[in-house]
Amino acid sequence: MVDPRDPTATEPDAFDPRWGASQEPSLGPSAEPGPALGAGIGPDRADEAEAARSSAAETPPARDDRAAPAGAGNGDDPVLEIENLSISFFTRLREIPAVMDFSVKVMPGEAVGLVGESGCGKSTVALGVMQDLGVNGRIVGGSVRFKGRDMGSMSQSELRQIRGSQIAMIYQEPMASLNPAMRVGDQLAEVPMIHEGMARKEALAMARQVVADVRLPDPDRILRAYPHQLSGGQQQRIVIAMALMSKPALLILDEPTTALDVTVEAGIVDLVKDLGRKYGTSMLFISHNLGLILETCDRICVMYSGEAVETGSVDDVFDRMRHPYTQALFRSIPLPGANKNSRPLVPIRGNFPLPHERPQGCNFGPRCDHFVDGVCNVTDIPMEPVPGDDRHNTRCIRFDEIDWDAPPAHQAATEETPIGNVVLRLEDVKKYYHVSPGMFSGGDGQVVKANEALSFDARSGETLAIVGESGCGKSTLAKVLMGLETATSGNIMLYDQSIQNTPIEKRGTDTVSSVQMVFQNPFDTLNPSMSVGRQIVRALEIFGTARTDAERHQRMLELLDLVKLPRAFAERMPRQLSGGQKQRVGIARAFAGGAKVVVADEPVSALDVSVQAAVTQLLMDIQREHGTTLLFISHDLSVVRYLADRVLVMYLGHVVEIGSTEQVFAPPYHPYTEALLSAVPIADTAVEKRKIVLEGDIPSAMNPPPGCPFQTRCPWKDRVPGNRCETQMPPMRRMAGGHEIKCHLSDEEFASMRPVFSRAPEAAE
Amino acid sequence: MLTFLARRLAAIAASALVLTFVVFALTNLDPNLEKLAKGQGSARMSDAEVESWLAGNGYDRPMLTRYGEWLGVLPGWTAEGEDGTVVRGRCIDNAADREIRPRFCGVMQGDWGWSTRFRAPVGEILADRLAATGKLMFWVMVVMVPSALLLGVLAGMREGSRTDRTLSTVAIASTSTPEYVMGVLLIALLASSQAGLSPMLKEWGLLDAPVLFQGNARSAVGDANFWNFTLPVMTVALYGMGYIARMTRASMTEVMTQQYIRTARLKGVPFRDVVMKHALRNALIAPFTVIMLQFPWLLNGVVITEVLFSYPGFGWTLVEAAGNNDIELLLASSVVAVVLVLATQLISDIGYVWLNPRIRLA
Amino acid sequence: MMEDQALGWFATIGRMAMQVWPVWLGMAVIFGLSIRFKRRLGLYGKLFDSTVGMIGYAIVLFWVLVAVFASLIITHDPLAQVAIMKNAAPGSPTGLEDGYPYYLLGGDALARDVFSRMVMGAREVLKIAPAAALVAYAVGICLGLPAGYLGGWWDDVLSFIANLVLAFPVILLFFLLVTPEIQQTGIPNGMAAILFAIPLVLMALMIHSRFVTQPARRNLWLAILAIVGIWAYAGLVFDADPLGVWRMPPNLLNVFIAVVFVNAPTVFRIVRGITMDIKNRDYVAAAQTRGESGAYIMLWEIMPNARGPLIVDFCLRIGYTTILLGTLGFFGLGVSPESPDWGSTINQGRRLLTAYPHAALAPALALMMLVLGLNLLADGLREESLKD
Repeated sequence: MVDPRDPTATEPDAFDPRWGASQEPSLGPSAEPGPALGAGIGPDRADEAEAARSSAAETPPARDDRAAPAGAGNGDDPVLEIENLSISFFTRLREIPAVMDFSVKVMPGEAVGLVGESGCGKSTVALGVMQDLGVNGRIVGGSVRFKGRDMGSMSQSELRQIRGSQIAMIYQEPMASLNPAMRVGDQLAEVPMIHEGMARKEALAMARQVVADVRLPDPDRILRAYPHQLSGGQQQRIVIAMALMSKPALLILDEPTTALDVTVEAGIVDLVKDLGRKYGTSMLFISHNLGLILETCDRICVMYSGEAVETGSVDDVFDRMRHPYTQALFRSIPLPGANKNSRPLVPIRGNFPLPHERPQGCNFGPRCDHFVDGVCNVTDIPMEPVPGDDRHNTRCIRFDEIDWDAPPAHQAATEETPIGNVVLRLEDVKKYYHVSPGMFSGGDGQVVKANEALSFDARSGETLAIVGESGCGKSTLAKVLMGLETATSGNIMLYDQSIQNTPIEKRGTDTVSSVQMVFQNPFDTLNPSMSVGRQIVRALEIFGTARTDAERHQRMLELLDLVKLPRAFAERMPRQLSGGQKQRVGIARAFAGGAKVVVADEPVSALDVSVQAAVTQLLMDIQREHGTTLLFISHDLSVVRYLADRVLVMYLGHVVEIGSTEQVFAPPYHPYTEALLSAVPIADTAVEKRKIVLEGDIPSAMNPPPGCPFQTRCPWKDRVPGNRCETQMPPMRRMAGGHEIKCHLSDEEFASMRPVFSRAPEAAE
Repeated sequence: MLTFLARRLAAIAASALVLTFVVFALTNLDPNLEKLAKGQGSARMSDAEVESWLAGNGYDRPMLTRYGEWLGVLPGWTAEGEDGTVVRGRCIDNAADREIRPRFCGVMQGDWGWSTRFRAPVGEILADRLAATGKLMFWVMVVMVPSALLLGVLAGMREGSRTDRTLSTVAIASTSTPEYVMGVLLIALLASSQAGLSPMLKEWGLLDAPVLFQGNARSAVGDANFWNFTLPVMTVALYGMGYIARMTRASMTEVMTQQYIRTARLKGVPFRDVVMKHALRNALIAPFTVIMLQFPWLLNGVVITEVLFSYPGFGWTLVEAAGNNDIELLLASSVVAVVLVLATQLISDIGYVWLNPRIRLA
Repeated sequence: MMEDQALGWFATIGRMAMQVWPVWLGMAVIFGLSIRFKRRLGLYGKLFDSTVGMIGYAIVLFWVLVAVFASLIITHDPLAQVAIMKNAAPGSPTGLEDGYPYYLLGGDALARDVFSRMVMGAREVLKIAPAAALVAYAVGICLGLPAGYLGGWWDDVLSFIANLVLAFPVILLFFLLVTPEIQQTGIPNGMAAILFAIPLVLMALMIHSRFVTQPARRNLWLAILAIVGIWAYAGLVFDADPLGVWRMPPNLLNVFIAVVFVNAPTVFRIVRGITMDIKNRDYVAAAQTRGESGAYIMLWEIMPNARGPLIVDFCLRIGYTTILLGTLGFFGLGVSPESPDWGSTINQGRRLLTAYPHAALAPALALMMLVLGLNLLADGLREESLKD
């Protein structure tokens, strides 16, 4: 029961699980054509590689464009200057420091990224800047200066004048940030009406202008609409428009795209970059996603447990990091070079410290590979400048003693898991839902085609990734496999048994225990009122794995060992566990009956990046040991490339592409796969990416377009002669080596496709 | 919207039908009929006399048949005299002109029957009494709704503040005081010649009459004034007020923590406008439903209050009818009550849609 | 005869405070222990962190202890009449040699001691209200869980019935259901037979679904339930308990059933709403994917996680039930004329209200205090359960 009135909810970063939700681990791109905010650092870059990169990405005039309108007087004065800021929340029991000794400077026209895992205090910083910390939060030290004025000493009315006109904020949940009972136009017009005393009519005209600026179609209709009538992407564009209504000097973006689908996210990021340039706004961009920061920002500030641990230009921090946490973070995210067997990810060991249990000295000390007793855990560690770099600081006392280029200490390559026989085979599986309009009104309901003609097979020891965005039907597929729904038609064979028409209650214990599931949301996956051990024992009881209570207890402890949790956790209640630990218990529960096929529905997407690596690793280890078939449902292509053997891409219920991981990630692509690949931000300065931004939103599954499901957004559509895309469902085309693509494009067009990613030659290893 | 209305109206009709049948069945149980017979005839009737009285008044036929007659879908019962002409019958006894003898005379024909308690047509009695209760309800609403909303919004505006604590305590105290307690307290305090304020005021020479307010509201039916109507109105209003205020407060505090309120605040909207323009409409969606669903409870309060203050309105009539097993009056009263409750539910649904643009009806 | 002077207000209150000494003792012990061990007592312990909750709990505890120790506290037999004390003012001396020398809160129209009647009234109210709320909860849960979890026609039918009952003005329902005539027909017993069976079915289902894989253990528990359950059931519904432990006089049963009947639909709606929310959680899906029965999911996965709001509402519901019982008493329904319960005492007192308000005022204030306590307690619980 998370209650909105809970006072701790006002400090989202520290406690609220939602803020950790849905993170896609980051891979980094550098925007290829066109000027990007993320690239424009001045002339003082020395590094060869960077110079090469900047030649593609940098357009110096753009920077000038930006600086001009932002110029509140002298371009050298920072727009925002945070100095030694400390913020605490006060509960009845204790003071909880959320942010400590935090300093950052935002120059006019500059975009600064604030990156860190959930609970590190990054959102608190944003609220601290706005001086809106709620009843429990207080600034206990340091200062926030906006254009030279101390915001801490301003009166409420002075603050009000600045908020919305000088500093604007954009949040994670677009739906929640718009007033559901007010028309969009009124919410937009309110800003100039308050700050500039503009008449309503003029304000609405201006709103119309800005709505067109954020590339929304049919601005007049949008202005009259209520927020719920718009899609998530449109809502976020409205929130951005609202922030831009008064042409603020500083824009704070708090995870602005986390709640959105990847292809929609790409559009928003593109928009934010362009608008930042057009309006010359400085930005403070808060994100957990390093790739996104690389795409959007000039400078970056990495936070850990309430402190800034490293700040500097994006290139310095990405390529010459000088803090062990930053390094560990990069090693735990699946960058293009990572491979589950030869170069596995390195998770950060241990757990994030709770705010009131921070260690003496360096907060990262207990989890750090370079920790030295008596050095790191003695005094508070100050921020030190890194010699030779521009404004590059690190909070590591040993940064000049550490060999930063050494390979990770405990990265052990493993052997490839042998792929066995076919375990699961789907043939032409369809799932339609009938949506009945209601009890009394007559007429036929609508038919939602959640899954259309799915055919694939999965072998033992294999990881098959099912990739797609919201509404693509991947969750329905999981339900059909699990027997929570029965297929409308087609065949599902588990070994030699067809199970497509057997709902779960009619399945034998063997079938049930051999197909199990790992769920997405760690905060939801365990029953909050049952102990961890009890929940695993219950699964053992149901699967009939052991006879007596004692045997079951023993088996439960072994399962805890399997997922690398201490045996003492058996007695704990789920609320005493962290997200990653809960996810491990969920995995243990799924393997209680010796599962042969495990459907993992976004099992790591709600976890922090460092924890993601560990949980992914665990799944791989168990698979290797038991030869499990893993159906890995995900929207995140970075993780998929890292761990999948084969990939299946879905769009609006259709399989649009299927093949081995190498085949799917290299041309020829399905146009949708191509866009999806391009949309994923990659946190690697050496990778170059073609930019493909899709127009519009994903159509509703209730009302799919005729012909090819992707035709409404397909950038290749004009290459197909006639109107075949609008009228005919494309056939499944067999390419080389079992690679299949559902598309009308000709073989020549397929052959002409260029790869989405390429490595800058200098950085190639 | 029209289909929605039609569906809701059909549901209301179905509910009313079921509920009236339940009331009909319960009031027509054998012991109740026996009581009626003894009440109308004499208390010392023998079983056989009771039987014959019931048979003579048409109560001896199957219950479903009589329910149909009451509804007006079956012809009313008739009894023939010695000479074979119809002398008595459901449609004859109550008629003004005994020569006009319709075959059907039930609710559907607009004939609500005959009150055995008041010896008058039910329709007439109810019309008068409903008017009286309507007056009471109107003033209750006028007092209760604005004060409750004000209380709730002020308390919920800044959660945890001193204003919030004080107003919340007031609201809880008022919900903890049912009408029969509130009435007793108010009378003891303001309308007793022995206790409370009146003796004191009289002593100081500020009061000529023996009591400040009237503890009996019978005179208010014809001529309601501040002195005879305040206590009954306050009795009903105060209990309901606390409840609505608490709902409003809960809704308001929830809305005030929403992201869009923060958005508005960080947009530079002054606090007053945040409350008035952004929070209020969203915060009133939930209490609106509560106010509407409050009607069944309000009806209770009205019954208690009317009895306590001897105000001959609908509630008082209901109690009289129930106490004397006046079947047709009771049936008519329950139809009114049930239709009132269901109609408010309908209004609450419609209003909810109007207040909440997110809901769209099929 | 008037050698004793009437007590002043101060003395009267002092004497009343002394008279309820067992209550103070009990409260001191319970509060002392609770605060000492509050960190180990879960939600109950957290109650002592909230001022509002603590005040509410104190008031409720006061009346519970008054009810428990009622026979120690009363000064006179609540039915005894002392002729000269008719409508006597509070603190009047009885002038009698034996027995307590004063009517602390005066005498009523039948010359009985108002104070003693109020104290015994607490026992009457607290005997029925929590039990009725509990049965209403069992009924509401038993019907609300399947309505919320299964949806479909279960939901349609059950919700329609619940709405029907809710559309009935409570008082009309009472006037129809709580009469001596109805008791003659046996309808209350029939309803009791159904309503009391529901908690038993609920418990049997809980046991069955919990131990479905261990038949031996399941049968043991079911056997225990069957013995205790059928014993209580026979006693309460058919008044056929050979040992006489479980019994309820017909008029009390009638009141009990009516109150349960009025409360159950509201509980149903609350449970249904919470269930519809919880059933979308992943742990419910996890239970489904391991092939758990619907009963197990509803009773062991959903119900325990709905307890927070249900406990809060339970407190409110006891308060509301108290009010309903008072309403019944106020209309003289279902209670014997001598019964000291608060509602009927108010009813008797209201006839002389303008002249002698004390007889009605005492039980009115008592009732208000108890309900206020329960509401404050619920508020405190809600506040505390939402923290962390």
